Amino acid sequence: MRKGLKKGLLTGFALLLTAGLTACGNNSGAESGSSASTEPAAAGSAAPSAAASPAQSKEPVELLNVSYDPTRELYENYNKAFSAYWEKETGQKVTIKQSHGGSGKQSRAVLDGLEADVVTLALGYDIDALQTAGLINEGWQSKYEHNSSPYTSTIVFLVRKGNPKGIKDWPDLLKDGVEVITPNPKTSGGARWNYLAAWGYALDHNNNDEAKAQEFLKNLFTHVPVLDTGARGATTTFVERGIGDVLLAWENEAYLSVNELGKDKFDIVYPSESILAEPPVAVVDKVVDKKGTREVADAYLKYLYSEEGQKIAAENYYRPTLDSVKEEYKSKFPDIKLFTLADKFGTWQETQQKHFNDGGVFDQIYVPGK
Amino acid sequence: MSVSAKATRRGVLPGFGLTMGYSILYLSLVVLIPLAALLFNSTGLTFAKFWSVATDPRVLASYRVSLTTAAAAALVDGLLGLLLAWVLVRYRFPGKRIFDALIDLPFALPTAVAGVSLTALYSGNGWIGSLLEPLGIKVAFTPLGITLALMFIGIPFVVRTVQPVLEDLERDTEEAAATLGAGRWRIFRKVLLPELIPPLLTGFALAFARGIGEYGSVVFISGNMPMRTEIAPLLIMSKLEQYDYAGATAVALLLLLISFLMLLVINMLQRWTHKASR
Repeated sequence: MRKGLKKGLLTGFALLLTAGLTACGNNSGAESGSSASTEPAAAGSAAPSAAASPAQSKEPVELLNVSYDPTRELYENYNKAFSAYWEKETGQKVTIKQSHGGSGKQSRAVLDGLEADVVTLALGYDIDALQTAGLINEGWQSKYEHNSSPYTSTIVFLVRKGNPKGIKDWPDLLKDGVEVITPNPKTSGGARWNYLAAWGYALDHNNNDEAKAQEFLKNLFTHVPVLDTGARGATTTFVERGIGDVLLAWENEAYLSVNELGKDKFDIVYPSESILAEPPVAVVDKVVDKKGTREVADAYLKYLYSEEGQKIAAENYYRPTLDSVKEEYKSKFPDIKLFTLADKFGTWQETQQKHFNDGGVFDQIYVPGK
Repeated sequence: MSVSAKATRRGVLPGFGLTMGYSILYLSLVVLIPLAALLFNSTGLTFAKFWSVATDPRVLASYRVSLTTAAAAALVDGLLGLLLAWVLVRYRFPGKRIFDALIDLPFALPTAVAGVSLTALYSGNGWIGSLLEPLGIKVAFTPLGITLALMFIGIPFVVRTVQPVLEDLERDTEEAAATLGAGRWRIFRKVLLPELIPPLLTGFALAFARGIGEYGSVVFISGNMPMRTEIAPLLIMSKLEQYDYAGATAVALLLLLISFLMLLVINMLQRWTHKASR
């Protein structure tokens, strides 16, 4: 028996070794193969003389855009526009693959090896994590205009038709009997913007007294009956389960709910002030250098700032940053007082540390005796 | 000598060494290496950090929620599963095969789908929830809702472990007991129950262990309120959201440990009852 077992263990070990070796072999083979195939494109992009060569010689290229949930429709439209533009400009065919999910989850996927050429996420914090891991070079946030956020959004209130509880502004959320729906800031990027919007309002109306702001938030969360894990989940709770009187939501999510589920059911209420939510974009330096896609990836993000890119963003309910397009869609995006993260909170690292990490302000709101 | 003779006895599968080798290989790739990787992830963790994570009031509260709801669900599943298995084995009725196949559906269904549909049914304006709420019974977004979701995903474990044992039970023994004058309750207690306790315990343990780790179906119906309806797997997710891999691993390791101890105890209990009934 013992002899047999030993033999078994040995065989198992030997099999494991071979499996490991073949896996490595395959891996390196694939790597050299892929780098060989992209070499012409890389050389073409690097050497200016090669750019003069006939357009047809450029090999088709594929980009992966790793994004968060509510940008699906936006990028479906934008990708079509960009590949048409790029082919016209350079003669190179580009196909863009999209990946959507919770912002943090997506960032972790890239961290664990998903080869994204560009990331377009909900929070700077999630891109900072990629920088810390060495996938993105330092200073990514100043690489493109407006803190690398080509479009912005804000946090608004979605209420039931006719606004039966008379909710106009942040303090109305604390009235007796008002139920507020917002996802959990520990698991949702959107929920962090909600929380910070309320905090910013409270600071402004209490002479920047942090203790009072914390009291405001603590009171606010006693009005929250359910904490969903993500923004879409919270929308479902409010819209389909009929729970709560007001949903704190991204402006674009609020518009989508109203348009898809009927203008006769919900109203959008703009509070007197809110936060300017800046969903940032970045090229994943390590991946584009390896794949030789830097040029097209960079152009992909830059084109978001063009008139066409900005219009697509506006059509999908994201606030444009280009003045001419801003003017054109003025009626769609009411002008309310908006403060930025930098105005009130500093960097994402500091904000996350203070408010949302374990033992931070959000935890103190819930844990008694702290 | 006789032992080695046993091992080399020609079985259906060729070569003990080779088959054992393959078993070890697959077990390594699918179970052992991932678990080792989990341990490896926690190497960034000092004991002090582990302890502060493990004793954080929110983490403790989530363990309490996870353990009590999983235990309650497994208990109910034990009783309900026995009844279901009994009906399926001992009676004939139209649609029995369909009924039998339905039992396995919770295995196949993505748990998130289960969570979403249960929430839709049991929330205040759902079909069932709207009937229960006037009676003062809130299901969705309470521990009761979590228990319900865990009952749903746990029920096949009990039915499928009890069913084959029931099928193997000879009816002769019951008939013999009846002819000797035993009443139905006495037959159940003295003849059936001793045979059924081991599979029931297994079913309970499996449902319980599954319930502790369940995430998908629960996050929708629990409401995720800190200190009240927040389950431990959700805290793992929220630690990952902070890129705190070590902290997430700490919570996960503790969960694994609890489940493992639980399975071990039940295994021992099972052996003991098995011996006692012989």
